[in-house]
Amino acid sequence: MNTRRRSIPALGRSLAVLLVGIVAALLVAGGPASAAPATQAAPQACVHPPQRNDNSIHIQGCMIDQRKTPATPVSGVKIAVADDTGTVIGRGTSNSGGSFDIALPGPSINNLGKTFTVRIDRASLPKGAALRNPKQVALKVTPKIDSDIFVAFPIGKAGIGDTSVAVQALQLAVTGLVFGLILAMGSLGLSMIFGTTGLTNFAHGELITFGALVAYGVDSLPGDIKIAGLNVTLAVAMIVAVIASGIFGWVNDRALWQPLRKRHTGLIAMMVVSIGLSVFLRNVYQYLVGASNHQYSQFASPEPYHWGPVLITPKDIFVVLFCVVVLVLVVVALQRTRIGKATRAVADNTALSSATGINVDRVISVVWIVGTALAGLSGVLLGMTEGFDYQVGFKLLLLVFSAVVLGGLGTAWGAIVGALVIGIFVDVSTLVIPPELKFVGALVVLIIVLLIRPQGILGRSERVG
Amino acid sequence: MDWHGIFSGALQQGLGPVAAVYCLAAIGLNVHFGYTGLLNFGQAGFMAVGGYALSSFVATWGLSFWLGLVVAIVLCVVLALLLGVPTLRLRADYLAIVTIAAAEILRQTIGSVTLLKYFGGQDGLQSFNDSFASLNPFTGSVGIPGVVSWRPYDFWTLLVCWGLCLVCCLMVWALMRSPWGRVLKGIREDEDAVRSLGKNVYAYKMQSLMIGGVIGGLAGIMSALQHSAINPSLFATDTTFFAYTVLLLGGAARVLGPVAGTIVFWFLISFLDLFFGAATSGTPPLIPDAIMSDTQASLMRFIFMGLALMLLMVFRPQGIFGDRRELALDAR
Repeated sequence: MNTRRRSIPALGRSLAVLLVGIVAALLVAGGPASAAPATQAAPQACVHPPQRNDNSIHIQGCMIDQRKTPATPVSGVKIAVADDTGTVIGRGTSNSGGSFDIALPGPSINNLGKTFTVRIDRASLPKGAALRNPKQVALKVTPKIDSDIFVAFPIGKAGIGDTSVAVQALQLAVTGLVFGLILAMGSLGLSMIFGTTGLTNFAHGELITFGALVAYGVDSLPGDIKIAGLNVTLAVAMIVAVIASGIFGWVNDRALWQPLRKRHTGLIAMMVVSIGLSVFLRNVYQYLVGASNHQYSQFASPEPYHWGPVLITPKDIFVVLFCVVVLVLVVVALQRTRIGKATRAVADNTALSSATGINVDRVISVVWIVGTALAGLSGVLLGMTEGFDYQVGFKLLLLVFSAVVLGGLGTAWGAIVGALVIGIFVDVSTLVIPPELKFVGALVVLIIVLLIRPQGILGRSERVG
Repeated sequence: MDWHGIFSGALQQGLGPVAAVYCLAAIGLNVHFGYTGLLNFGQAGFMAVGGYALSSFVATWGLSFWLGLVVAIVLCVVLALLLGVPTLRLRADYLAIVTIAAAEILRQTIGSVTLLKYFGGQDGLQSFNDSFASLNPFTGSVGIPGVVSWRPYDFWTLLVCWGLCLVCCLMVWALMRSPWGRVLKGIREDEDAVRSLGKNVYAYKMQSLMIGGVIGGLAGIMSALQHSAINPSLFATDTTFFAYTVLLLGGAARVLGPVAGTIVFWFLISFLDLFFGAATSGTPPLIPDAIMSDTQASLMRFIFMGLALMLLMVFRPQGIFGDRRELALDAR
């Protein structure tokens, strides 16, 4: 009883240290963001039409030929807009600036929430050209607010618009692979922390967001960082984000979780604490960067490569290679190095490994540092591929759980395999289910797996799910 | 600064209809978590099923409100069955993940464009509460003059909702002092011991899940009625977390824990909200705009809520009224 009483002020102090640390770290990360928002000149020749002030919604867009540099507007492309019954309600042709403007009939209130299909007449595109994004040939748009909808239609080489199901599936699988590898980094971190401490960390999503935000903070500092004329701002931002995430993980463990473990707080109580931390951090993030979606300065996507029928951007290739290298390094380190073996020993039996002389606290600290660094890295990569907002990690949290449970809680390979399966499944499933429900599919998989194989794909069967 | 206005506003919220809705949800969670030890993180799912069953019954299919009420409750029982069959044999942390996932599946499916014509997508449904509103006996604002007042419809929902809370509390009190309730508490403390006494633990857990789920469904119905509208954002994951905070603040496994927790929590949260709202408005504002804008001020309540949940769980897991010895909180 006495020891508990004495430890309460100590815990209070370390909680205070944690909070001050978080706020300080975020001020560093978020401060410059508000001081110097990253503004990048749009590379297109298209001019955004001015906002009108009447009670109607227009669908506007722009045709840009990205085969040339700088990209040039394409005129004479025919566009038709159909409502949800398939009736064509408006037609337009792109003008010399490449842009078109089609008004939806009726006041805007009647059009909100309805789905319209914008069809591009492929025959009217220039010879040998096709839309870079094949989905845009029949693009579905749903006005949510009373303002015009503006869509850019990048045009590239022909042959991309090939839409056989097999090719689509292959293309989606590539997208899914990229997503799955990013997911794997986040899942590996969660799985390692769960394995060694038993903590189901609901704040793991916020650790992912942390990386994305720190990189954003560095990225939006004024000026570019150049090495030998090469702009490496984003690379530096990534390195800073990973290091900051590692430190953040260490602070998390030292200031919050280690004292709780010392007090023998139950795992369910810790789970609830992590929920509180998640709500707290998420709102602090929103406080600092606002609710809007952000992108890094070097976001512009270069011309993709054609590998057979599949398109892959250089950015995707970089993400895939980078993720594979990092994941293999971590797994090999877990298998071969002293600290890796110690980690697995602690995960297997904490008391026994402590008795054999392993410094359990140190191992757990290392796991927190590595796990959070991985989570932060996945946040940066996610921000690079899709952009991010203050809750990018929170939206991913359930997918991370799905991946970890699918692979088997607490196993390193399991988390990676589970994440790849979930990542590819999520994207390929959009062939049959509407894209807005793709995450739902993954969560259904999670429940089914728990029903028939609670220990996961690679888990040991003695675990009672 | 208008301290009187802030206190009055906070009191209005603390006793108001939104607080009463969370109180109902927390009473449901109390049956699950407080008495049975089931870590249900999907209470928002039960609320969504209750609320959407009723509102789509009336607004989409144009059927009777009262029949919709019955259907909503039946559907909550069905959801409990669907959720319970696969998950009740799982360990606590798995149960938490599955229930949170189930709630999110429901919310995203209901809010999808694919089902727009039934559930109204992200905009949700409106004008389904005429039958309920027509029973409203109040006209003109109601309350204690000079201290607190509510608009007539708000007072009507508040009255019904607190009435339901009272009925549910009485029911929980009666159930938990019955032999049935003692088995539930036994399951929370030591599942294997109860099983060795020949009790069907699985069936008891399922019954607990149903009862708590139906109370959660009532909370969803009242939430829809109180807003006179329903949309998926009412049933986000954070809704469940709010209900947990309320429950833990008041004290889990105490009949009146959720009631006390709700009033205290909602009073404090609204107080903070109104305080920061007032501090960032006006010319010049008390807090400079560079430090906190009024959008940022609206986030302060969630920041404090997260902090409160953490500190509460660390320093006083039994809440205001709970008994630390009774609630071991590690019922794995």
